[in-house]
Amino acid sequence: MDQVSDEARWTTMLELALDGDASAYQNLLQGLASALRTALRSRARRAGLDNEDVVQEVLLALHMKRSTWVRGTPVAPWVAAIARNKIVDAHRRRGSRPEVSIENIVETLQTDDDGDTVGEAHDLERLLAKLPAKQRLIVSEISLQGYTALETARRLNMSEVAVRVSLHRSLKRLSAALRGSR
Amino acid sequence: MRTEALIRALVADNKRPVVPISRMLLMAVLSGMAFSAVLFGITLHVRTDIWKAIGTVRFDFKLVVTLTLAVTAAMGLPRSARPQDGNGSPWTLAASPLLVALAVAVDLLMGPHEWLRRLIGQNALHCLLLIPMLSLAPAIALLLALRSGAPLNPKAAGARAGLLASGLGATLYALTCPDDSPLFIATWYTMATGTVTALCAYIGRYALRW
Repeated sequence: MDQVSDEARWTTMLELALDGDASAYQNLLQGLASALRTALRSRARRAGLDNEDVVQEVLLALHMKRSTWVRGTPVAPWVAAIARNKIVDAHRRRGSRPEVSIENIVETLQTDDDGDTVGEAHDLERLLAKLPAKQRLIVSEISLQGYTALETARRLNMSEVAVRVSLHRSLKRLSAALRGSR
Repeated sequence: MRTEALIRALVADNKRPVVPISRMLLMAVLSGMAFSAVLFGITLHVRTDIWKAIGTVRFDFKLVVTLTLAVTAAMGLPRSARPQDGNGSPWTLAASPLLVALAVAVDLLMGPHEWLRRLIGQNALHCLLLIPMLSLAPAIALLLALRSGAPLNPKAAGARAGLLASGLGATLYALTCPDDSPLFIATWYTMATGTVTALCAYIGRYALRW
């Protein structure tokens, strides 16, 4: 797939996602995960990080910061900027200060149909274990067991709103903890 | 944790409407400014000779300077809250200081030579305390809004928020301050807005990292 149509497709998908389209968001995140996995491999290694950990951190960050994307603009440079911030941060924690250019990340950030579509990492799991029991349960019902917020609410005898609020707080905590860890 | 599992959690969290960062910043400015205006109404008053003052170039110029500071700072703020845009062009920020410098030069060349009295004015201490006080609410609101942003340069984003907040605070203060001399503005207004800006930059450096 050529880069231009790819980029336009990501832009449309993210617009749909921001309007609440769950399947567009799911497809976009999966596509970005696979693209990031390929684009970041060597950079993560140089920063002394597990590649999949970085991919997950970037996905979490772009989710939390999706209000900073400007509708109608290309998605790749924005995601690349977020990825760069995370990698520079990782280097800084190790005391080095490399030049990481966005352009290089953008160039490699495109749908990679041959790329790995699955990945597993450990940082988030470790931090998940530190969440309060209730939040941990809700996150795992949704992410690991695959229940919807509504199903989770019924199973735990809570309101759907309470489940959503708790999920949101958990993700916020995880992203803050990820930044403070390592 | 498998990345698929994380993605399921993110998708489930995507239900609430997403407010663009530019709108969040706008709401922060408006609410912060409203708060400061109320504070102004309660604790201070517009100078008694306001109608006469509005007819003078020196008073109007003072408002132009403080509003220019606020507007130039506001223009680049949404950009500085985004991860890829850098801090915008810092050059437009020079507009307000340049206006002051120009006015000081004109004033020194033309005015009667009692510049020391005009420099000290009657309200230096007031100015140093009241501008930060009136900037406080917009500064807090803007820094909170910026926390939902993803600034490439947290310190610069904090500084820009400080410039905008102190520009607004100084505009309100200018309505009560009886000193209209460019020298007074160049000294005390600069010191007050500079303090607010430096403080916001310092806070931004730590609080706006993401």
